Amino acid sequence: MRGSPALAVAAPVRGARAAAWRFVLQRASAAVLALCVVVHLATIVYAVRHGLRADAIVARVQGSVFWPAFYTLFVVAVAIHAPLGLRAIFDEWLGFRGLLADILLAAIAVGLLAGGLYAIASLVS
Amino acid sequence: MPSSPASSTFPVRIWRGGADGGFERYDVPRRASQTVLDVVTHVQRHIDPSLAYRYACRVGMCGSCAMTVNGKARWTCRTHVDAVANRSGLEIAPLSHLPIVRDLVVDMAPFFDKWAAARGQFVPTATRHDDFARVEPQSPARRAIDATIECIGCAVCYASCDVVGWKPDYLGPAALNRAFTLVNDVRDGAGIARVRAIARDGGCESCHTHQSCTKRCPKHLSPTGSIASLKRIVARSALKGEL
Repeated sequence: MRGSPALAVAAPVRGARAAAWRFVLQRASAAVLALCVVVHLATIVYAVRHGLRADAIVARVQGSVFWPAFYTLFVVAVAIHAPLGLRAIFDEWLGFRGLLADILLAAIAVGLLAGGLYAIASLVS
Repeated sequence: MPSSPASSTFPVRIWRGGADGGFERYDVPRRASQTVLDVVTHVQRHIDPSLAYRYACRVGMCGSCAMTVNGKARWTCRTHVDAVANRSGLEIAPLSHLPIVRDLVVDMAPFFDKWAAARGQFVPTATRHDDFARVEPQSPARRAIDATIECIGCAVCYASCDVVGWKPDYLGPAALNRAFTLVNDVRDGAGIARVRAIARDGGCESCHTHQSCTKRCPKHLSPTGSIASLKRIVARSALKGEL
């Protein structure tokens, strides 16, 4: 579209700290996710190649300290990373921004965190 | 399109009017070594004197003649018709992401407002009574801005940037490139105030590294590289609690 309306740029700088921290958290969570996804995929390949069934997997996970801790880290990283990515999509593609968008994104973050932790708890208990 | 004698013509579609305008067709004589700016100038001088467009130096220094040529932002004075014309000839439109004043002229105010918003002004730390600053040419900070200072402010990068189109308050490649130049200027005194200005929502973090700015920059600069460096500076400042 040509001739976009005049672009107003607010003179006072507000929200710089929050914007910078969103950037840092998204990059940091992306680094964690890169590692977690590789480990996750490797375990899937291992489970498939060794013919592990659900009950065998559950048996191995229960009593383990590593796997619940690993997937808790995974879930926390997802709960941080996904809403921040959605925030950019909402903003840039849908023009949906502001307090309402941030409340929705916070709800998505809480939902991802709660759902993920519930799944881990169900698996290990 | 091969060069041919001046007697032959080729079709040129030029945007006329404001944002609600449209393309009009002109048949322009084909000449050897003809630039897109030559084409527009021919239309204005020989076919329709009411055509509005902007240029000054004609040699790639002033940055005022940028337009959208066959869908891509280019500096028209240094763009040969041979290099960009296709079977349909040329389609020349005003730059994207900026309000159209008339025909091929856009309002550059939003573009330069963002330079100001990114604190693109030099903040002196010395007075007229001080000696000249001595900047070591081989110092890392000076070398980092060797290329960036060549920006001519043509807005080709701005018009080529997807994020500018999606996010109207994004500062854009040129303003951030300017900020990066000043961040590395040892004589400048803006300090953390400039880092705050570029860290805001719509600042350097909004760049998706599509690199359209770097691809299209007629001076072969890398605003993407400048923005990547600014992201690191912003992240470092956030971690240090300076913002």
